[in-house]
Amino acid sequence: MATSNVRHALFCAIVTIVISYPILGLNLEAEGINIVLTGTDATTIVAIACAALIVFLFQLFRDSVMGKLGAVSDLNPLTGRKPMEQDKRAKLESWVLTGLVVVALFWPFFSSRGAVDLATLVLIYVILALGLNVVVGLAGLLDLGYVAFYAVGAYTFALLSQYYGISFWMALPLGALLAGLFGLLLGFPVLRLRGDYLAIVTLGFGEIIRILLNNWTNVTGGPNGIGGIPDPTLFGMEFGRRVKEEGNTSFHETFGIAYSGEHKVIFLYLIALVLAIITALIIRRLMKMPVGRAWEALREDEIAARSLGLSRTAVKLSAFTIGAFFAGFAGTIFASKQGFISPESFVFLESAIILAIVVLGGMGSQIGVILAAIAVTILPELAREFSEYRMLIFGAAMVLMMIWRPQGLVPMRRLHITLKTQE
Amino acid sequence: MQDLLYFSQQLINGLTIGSAYALIAIGYTMVYGIIGMINFAHGEIYMIGAYTALIAITGLTALGIAWLPLVLVVALVCAILVSSSMGWAVERVAYRPVRGRHRLIPLISAIGMSIFLQNYMHLAQGSRNVGFPILIEGGFNFGSDGAFQMSLSYMQITIFVTTLICMTVLSTFISRSRTGRACRAVSQDLGMANLLGIDTNRIISATFIIGAALAAVAGLLLGMYYGSVDPLFGFIAGLKAFTAAVLGGIGSIPGAMLGGLILGIAESMTSGYLSGEYKDVISFSLLILILLFKPTGLLGKPEVEKI
Repeated sequence: MATSNVRHALFCAIVTIVISYPILGLNLEAEGINIVLTGTDATTIVAIACAALIVFLFQLFRDSVMGKLGAVSDLNPLTGRKPMEQDKRAKLESWVLTGLVVVALFWPFFSSRGAVDLATLVLIYVILALGLNVVVGLAGLLDLGYVAFYAVGAYTFALLSQYYGISFWMALPLGALLAGLFGLLLGFPVLRLRGDYLAIVTLGFGEIIRILLNNWTNVTGGPNGIGGIPDPTLFGMEFGRRVKEEGNTSFHETFGIAYSGEHKVIFLYLIALVLAIITALIIRRLMKMPVGRAWEALREDEIAARSLGLSRTAVKLSAFTIGAFFAGFAGTIFASKQGFISPESFVFLESAIILAIVVLGGMGSQIGVILAAIAVTILPELAREFSEYRMLIFGAAMVLMMIWRPQGLVPMRRLHITLKTQE
Repeated sequence: MQDLLYFSQQLINGLTIGSAYALIAIGYTMVYGIIGMINFAHGEIYMIGAYTALIAITGLTALGIAWLPLVLVVALVCAILVSSSMGWAVERVAYRPVRGRHRLIPLISAIGMSIFLQNYMHLAQGSRNVGFPILIEGGFNFGSDGAFQMSLSYMQITIFVTTLICMTVLSTFISRSRTGRACRAVSQDLGMANLLGIDTNRIISATFIIGAALAAVAGLLLGMYYGSVDPLFGFIAGLKAFTAAVLGGIGSIPGAMLGGLILGIAESMTSGYLSGEYKDVISFSLLILILLFKPTGLLGKPEVEKI
C-alpha cells in the first residue's frame, strides 16, 4: 500500500470529523436570552467516529473496492437481456396504462377519505412534474422558478373568485392561460441566456412573484392568504351540505342520496385525474410533433439545431409557455382543493421538489416522471417518523442520481422506428 | 443637512452589506472562472461558517474567555477551518464526479447539495434562528441631538477593514504566489494548464477552499451584524452574492468586489427610500436587467461561442 494512499485516507477521515463534529456534536441551546452549548449523546459521537472510520477504510482500499463494484454490475441479469420488440412493447404498454387508468378511476370509491385526498395531491404533482418535464427534460432549460407559474394559476382562481365570483370551470382555462402568458412574457427576454444564467433568473423571478404576493396586502391579503375559494361544481350541482349560490342544486339532493363529505373529495380527485391524463396525452402528442423534436434537437446541440433552420427563441419559448400553462392548470386545482392559499405554498422548496421529481424520474421520460411524482409524494406519508429527513434525502438523492444515473430511474426512450432486416 | 445625513447613512449601510456580499461573491466568481459552473451550495458554506463561528464564540464564553480579540480570532479560525473542509468535501463528493458532463448535470448536483446542507444544519441545530451575541458595541454618531443622527458603528468599521484586508491578501495571493499563478492559468485554459504540468484537480480544490474561507469570514461578520443565524441564512445571501458576481462580470475578482458594493448600495437605498420589503425584488430585478443588457457584467470579458 502506497503511503500517499494512507495519507490521503487519513486526510479524508480528518475532514469528515471536522465537518461533522462541531455541527452535529455541539448543540446551541437557548436558555432565556443566553445561548449555551451542550454536547450531544454518545450515539452521535460514535456515529461520527464510525463515519470517519468508514471514510478512512474506503479511501484506503478505494481502488480495489471500486474494481469489485464494477464487476458486480456485470452480474446484473438485465444487462444482457434483449430489448422487447417495438410493437409488442407498445401493445403491452397501452394495456398496462389502460389498466392503471381503470384502477385509478374506481379505487377511491373503496378507499378512505385521507387516501383520496393524498392521491389528489399526487396528481397535482404529476401535472406539475409533467409540465416541468417539458421545460427541463425535453427542452433542456433549467427553470428554478417553476413554482411562480403554479402560484399564478392558484392566485388567478382565488382572486377572480373573490372579486368577481368566477367558478372553478371558468378559472381553470383562465388560470392556465394567464400562467402561460406569464411564461411567454418572462421567457421572451430571458431565453437568450445560457443554461445556468437562465436557472438563476428564473429563480429570481420565482422569488419576486412570492415577495409581491406577500407584500401586495390589499389585493392578495399578503401572508394571510386568501380563503373561501369555492369548490368545483358538476353541471351546477354543488357538493356542500347546503347550496351556496342561487340557482344551483346540491349533488346529494339531485341524486337522492345521503350527504357525505367524501363526494367532494372523490369528485376533486376525479377532476385531477382527468386533467392529469389530458396533460400526459397532450404532452405525449407534442413530443411526437415537430415542435417536440425541435425541443430535443435544441437541447442536444444548439448550434447544429440552429444551423438546420430552427428558431432558437420560438422553440424555447414554446416549451417555456407550455410548461407554464400546465403549472397554471395545477395551481387552479390546488387552490380549489385547499380552499385557502398563501404565499407559503409557493416557496423555492416547491420548485426544488418538482425538479427533484423530474430528475429522479428521468428527464424527458413521462412514465418515469409520473412514477417519481407518486413515490416522492407518498413515501414521506408512509414513513412519517422519517419526515424530517425528507429534504435531506432529496438533496442527497439528487446528487447521487447525477453522479450514477443522470438519465433517471426510468430513462427516456427515444421514439424510433427500426427497419425490419430482410433475410 | 438632514437629507445628506440620511443619504450618507444609507450609503454606509449599503457599503457594509455590500462588502460582505463581495466576500461571498468571490467564491462564486472564482469557481465559475475555473470550471464554469455555478456553485449553488456556496450560500450554505457561508451559513455553515456563521454557525461554526457562533459555536466557537459560545464555547469560549462557556470556558470563561472573554478577551475580544482572542474570541474573534478563534471564531474566525474555526469558521474558516470547518467551511473550507466543507467546501473541499462538497467539491470532492458532488462536483468532481460530474465535471465535464452536460451543463445541467453539475448544476442539479449543486442544487441537491445545497438542499442537503441546509437540512443537515436544520437537523443538527434546529430550525429556529439562534441569537448571535453582540461583541462589538458602540460607534460614532454624527448630527445634532433631537434630529436624525447618522451612526457609524464599530461593527461596520470592522466589516470594512476585514473585507479590505481579505481582498488585499487575496489579490496578492492571486497575482504573486505560485498557486495563484496556477489558478489564473487554469481559468484561462484548463486543458493547456494540465498539459503544462499543473495539477488542475489540486487547483480546483484550492479554489473551492479559498472561496469557502472567504465565505466563512463573511459568515462571522454578517452573523454578528445581523445578530442571528438560521439554516436558511445562506440561501438569500448566496443569491445576492451570485447577483453581485454577475453584476461585476462573473469570473472577474475585481468585478465581484465592485458588484457587491453596487448591490449593497442599491439595496440599502431601496430600504431607505422605498420599503425594506422590496429590497430583494430590487436586487433580483437588477440581476435580470444586467443579464439582459450586459450579460458579461461590468468588468467581465465577452465569451466567444466556439463551434
